[in-house]
Amino acid sequence: MNSLALRGERLTRKWGGVVALDGVSIALHRGEIHALIGTNGAGKSTLVNVLSGEIEASSGSVELGGVDVTRWTQPRRARAGLGRSYQRSTIFPQFTVRENCRLAAQARFQRPWRWWSPASADEPTHRVSRDVARRVGLGEALDREAGSLSHGEKRQLEIAMCLATDPQVLLLDEPLAGMGAEESERMLALLAGLREGHAILLVEHDMDAVFRIADRITVLVDGAVIASGTPRAVRDNPGVQTAYLGGAA
Amino acid sequence: MDLATFLVQCLNALQYGLLLFLVASGLTLIFGVMGVINLAHGSFYMLGAYMAYALAPAFANLGGLGFFATLAAGVVLAVVFGYLLEWAFFSFLYERDHLQQVLMTYGLILVFEELRSLAMGDDVHGVAAPAWLSGSIPLGTLMAYPVYRLFISGVCVLLALGLYAVISRTRLGMMIRAGASNREMVSSLGVDVRQLFRVMFAAGVALAALAGMLAAPVSSVYPGMGNQVLIICFVVVVIGGIGSIRGALAAALLVGAVDTFGKVFFPQAAGVLVYVLMALVLLWRPGGLFKAT
Amino acid sequence: MSARAIRIAVFVAAALALALFPLVGGKFGVDFVTKMMVFAIFALSLELLVGQAGLVCFGQAAFFGIAAYATVLATPRTGAASVWWLLPAALGASGLFALFMGALSIRTRGVYFIMVTLAFSQMAYYVAHDTPLGGGTDGIYLDYTPALGIAGTPLLDLGKPWPFYYFVLAMLVAVFVFLGAILRSRFGHALAGIRVNEQRMRAAGFSTYPYKLAAFVLSGLVAGLAGFLFAVKDGFVNPELMGWNVSGTVLMMIILGGIGHLRGAVIGAFAFSLLEEFFKLDSVFGDFAKHWHLGVGLAIIACVAAMPHGIAGGRLRRATASNTEDAEVHRGKP
Repeated sequence: MNSLALRGERLTRKWGGVVALDGVSIALHRGEIHALIGTNGAGKSTLVNVLSGEIEASSGSVELGGVDVTRWTQPRRARAGLGRSYQRSTIFPQFTVRENCRLAAQARFQRPWRWWSPASADEPTHRVSRDVARRVGLGEALDREAGSLSHGEKRQLEIAMCLATDPQVLLLDEPLAGMGAEESERMLALLAGLREGHAILLVEHDMDAVFRIADRITVLVDGAVIASGTPRAVRDNPGVQTAYLGGAA
Repeated sequence: MDLATFLVQCLNALQYGLLLFLVASGLTLIFGVMGVINLAHGSFYMLGAYMAYALAPAFANLGGLGFFATLAAGVVLAVVFGYLLEWAFFSFLYERDHLQQVLMTYGLILVFEELRSLAMGDDVHGVAAPAWLSGSIPLGTLMAYPVYRLFISGVCVLLALGLYAVISRTRLGMMIRAGASNREMVSSLGVDVRQLFRVMFAAGVALAALAGMLAAPVSSVYPGMGNQVLIICFVVVVIGGIGSIRGALAAALLVGAVDTFGKVFFPQAAGVLVYVLMALVLLWRPGGLFKAT
Repeated sequence: MSARAIRIAVFVAAALALALFPLVGGKFGVDFVTKMMVFAIFALSLELLVGQAGLVCFGQAAFFGIAAYATVLATPRTGAASVWWLLPAALGASGLFALFMGALSIRTRGVYFIMVTLAFSQMAYYVAHDTPLGGGTDGIYLDYTPALGIAGTPLLDLGKPWPFYYFVLAMLVAVFVFLGAILRSRFGHALAGIRVNEQRMRAAGFSTYPYKLAAFVLSGLVAGLAGFLFAVKDGFVNPELMGWNVSGTVLMMIILGGIGHLRGAVIGAFAFSLLEEFFKLDSVFGDFAKHWHLGVGLAIIACVAAMPHGIAGGRLRRATASNTEDAEVHRGKP
């Protein structure tokens, strides 16, 4: 069975005169962590937004599991198995951890017309909620208010909410942002554990983490791909060295 | 419609639009820079009109200059009033969320209405335009246009130019423009934001009051005038884009034109046309026509 | 006792108190409390939009007024209409307008959304005010009070104060219970999520537009019920029912009562009405009572200053986007 889960083909995005993405192609395979690195303003977030459907590409196409989803809205892509986490946490601070995950899971089991049946009695979503919380290591924190979690725990919750929709593809935008050493280790272990069964795009600035965990790396500079391949190949690439890694490897 | 009538309507639309601009410019600055929704802004317009009525007798013996004296006195009073009001009341609204501001300024409308009622009663009053401005200029053979309305437009144009000059040429204007795009940055640059806001608020109040004073001879002075102008000014601010003076001018002229010509061509639908205009603009440009100053 | 049990106990106690009130209320009291209950229903409709969905609608009066007008206009010249078809007709009118207004307004955000909803309600106002459709500024009278009966046998005479009072009370209780169920349902939870962070809901797979539109229509229907009851009570409708003052007043009620709780809407409606009546009392204020707006204005300012979360208090659920987010919208950021 083809492991290709998500493909972006020659994606271009222009804002007025500025070219944010210039013919970027990228392929994500199941069982692989594909890291996306690049300088600030290189277009990484724009690429993630285009892949997830939040912004329309000016040209190019996006295929999810072999289906052309270029014209699909973000919710539709999400329901088809495309999950995404944000650099600035988009959790619901005033709801409990349980409710955060449950609500995300509800996207799969919507049935909004059953107005008489309370959400709290909704077994499928509660089950998913418990499972994903446990998986990211928040199993003990289910009834805590999400706003009271530590920064690292909030990032974990962000991942949990992604997983709650049972996606095949995960677009993770800087999940390690703002984390200390210990929290980063936990997150990296979690991400490594997610490799099986998912195709993961990891946008990150932490080079050590990237080179430790990534199976493939794509380097974006000024909206264009300047290198893509195994971590070793990318590290040895002279163009990448000068543009990004600063000279000597 | 013959040329003379058309010209008359154009001049009316211009005058109405420019008056709206005076009031709306204050509103858009207060909302755009200070982030405060002020429902009571229409009350300042009303207070201006009532001031024109109340102060006119005091300067009646100055003859032709009496009118200017009234305007000057009114503006000074409005500035002082605005300054004190910001210090005593509005400065506390900055931390509050929008809905609380809406409710508190709504309470303020009620307070102002009643204080005005206590001080000056609820009758409708007329204010006479100064004698030397009350003639008419002939347009063509049949029509004539009141000089006073031209005077209003003239004053508004001068004020608009003055506002433009201050905003784009002076340090104060620079601070205002900076504040419109980034409030925190401005204060971290060492600008006394409190003082800046106080001055801006007072200016906004003065502009609205002046508009009321200028309009008094034309629209007369009556209790509900503040509310009427308020709702139209919110429409103007939203169409123009919140925080944008240029937008307020463009939108005010647009609203003036739609309203004036609407009354001529579609008298039955006249009231609703302005709202249709706003709905259309917002559906095309959800953020209004222009970005903040 | 759990928090839930306390809430239920308070609800039952309040319903009982209202049910027993006519025994001690007197004619004016019954009339006044009936009016307050109608406004409570009206306020609940707005609370659904503002407090739960985060859509600050400044055009709620349109739904109220349109249903009231529909009630009067659909009553035949010849005799009383049956509530069984008149009420649905009124609701249909306001619900349809809500569908229309919502479909077009939901594309805007923040302050612009508030203004677009205002624009639409002003359109309704001017249709009633300036065209022959609405009878102009004079308004129209309800020819016959609608009849509530089954198969010819009358159940309640809605023209009499006490039966009408209990009819309105039953409606208020039903709406409160119904909206409570809605808020606890999947739909309600999804609305809450959309209010707090619409982006996250979309990223999870919720198409947020239909949810918001559904909330709009539901709100329009409940406001329409209040409009119907108002028309039956007063027997008279005029364009002012659709004016922005009415939209503003009901918004004030829910802010005063406390956004984020259904009880806040009811408390706010009652508190606002009582505040108005109190300052109108010439036994307390004598000659000054005709300036009751002053007292109400000062009371509102004092209330908001002292109780920023409204009378019902509790956690302030951010009803709209935060001020900074709003500011970003109106600074024109892409």
